[in-house]
Amino acid sequence: MHRFLLAVLRRDLTLAARRRGDWLIAQFFFVMVASLFPLGVGPEPEMLARIGPGVLWVAATLASLLSLSRLFADDHQDGSLEHMVLSPEPTVLLVLGKALAHWLIYGIPLLAIAPVLGIQFNLPADAILTLEISLLLGTPILSLLGSVGAALTLGLRGGGVLLTLLILPLYVPALIFGAGAVDGVMSGTGAEAHLSLLGAFMVLSLIIAPWIAASALRVSLE
Amino acid sequence: MNLYHFASPSTFYHLAGKLIPWFAWGAGILTLWGLYIGFFQAPTDFQQSEAYRIIFIHVPAAWMSMFIYLVMAFWGAIGLAFNTRLSFMMARALAPTGAMFTFVALWTGAWWGKPMWGAWWVWDARLTSELILLFLYVGIIALWAAIDDIKRGDRAGSLLTLIGAINVPIIYFSVKWWNTLHQGASVSLTKAPSMAAIMLQGMLVMAFAAWFYTIAVALVRVRRIILERERHTDWAKAILAED
Repeated sequence: MHRFLLAVLRRDLTLAARRRGDWLIAQFFFVMVASLFPLGVGPEPEMLARIGPGVLWVAATLASLLSLSRLFADDHQDGSLEHMVLSPEPTVLLVLGKALAHWLIYGIPLLAIAPVLGIQFNLPADAILTLEISLLLGTPILSLLGSVGAALTLGLRGGGVLLTLLILPLYVPALIFGAGAVDGVMSGTGAEAHLSLLGAFMVLSLIIAPWIAASALRVSLE
Repeated sequence: MNLYHFASPSTFYHLAGKLIPWFAWGAGILTLWGLYIGFFQAPTDFQQSEAYRIIFIHVPAAWMSMFIYLVMAFWGAIGLAFNTRLSFMMARALAPTGAMFTFVALWTGAWWGKPMWGAWWVWDARLTSELILLFLYVGIIALWAAIDDIKRGDRAGSLLTLIGAINVPIIYFSVKWWNTLHQGASVSLTKAPSMAAIMLQGMLVMAFAAWFYTIAVALVRVRRIILERERHTDWAKAILAED
């Protein structure tokens, strides 16, 4: 079981390492979306610090959605996905492995970029630290819930936009708790409650989302 | 008398045909009765004057918007578990009505909010979660519209409804906490003044009217879906030839 999970992980990471272009696009998308906001609302430092946590979190959800539409699509096109689903190994582990790989490829680099953007938005140091923790806890939710949407919209025309429509409402709790934690630090009410709830939501997604995504994948491949 | 007898589309088609007039007439009569109570019998509210009367539409619509989503999730779960075709058809037949009631609840809420709060829209927990509920409805209907294969569409839509149903309480509470953190309780919906009995009566009558309407419309829609999907069978061909 573990070997299958590791094999899926290693395969997806290798594929990503050989196609660095895709990987970079999502990261630059994150930077660009976040950088457009100061141009839209003005450069006043207080205002930027006020909207910064929310903007960075929204940008992170959009960046993850951009890459999620291809979570299963490439393997579906060359037929390898059907073979993996038909194999005696559980489909749940396949989905979990792919979601984990997506998080490692697209979620973790966001953690490296976010502090730089945080400085651009005039966030204080402790707020940036909380932003990092909230992204660390929250980005797995984006990959896990997104895998459900990617499985449901597999092979549909206009699948990318449809995926956004289906999954964004489900991201709302992650967005609220994630951005709320950073707001909490800045307003002095503390971040623990938000981070605890974000962690709970992450565990819940980890338990439920792979099962539903596996069912959805089987439905889509029938 | 076996209830499973009616799980077959052909028998349910005829049963639905017999039930529709009852529910349709029931909905019409209850609506007239409820509106009569709402407009003529219920007294003018001393704080909110005449504008409060919009609750006779607003509250039943908001109740139905949430209830229909749960019913859809129920039929979706039954369909996924027991592989019954009719359950998926019911879920599909309910979705547009649910989305309609969600929209009505939001729209009438704005009309009520303008004179009461002085704002068309407030980022209150209930308003926000109702808006997100509308997004969920739209997502499910869009997914159904995008999938041509009936079997795949049924199952995919039901899975999405289910994960949404798990998420709805989480969304509600997250929005509630978010709201209390961001702004002071400038508007309190929970501490509504105790309602006169006649107002409550009017609201309940309107709620039943909404129920009857939903059932009637869903049955009409499910009959269309049944005919569309069973058009290759002899009994459906016979009905289609008559029309």
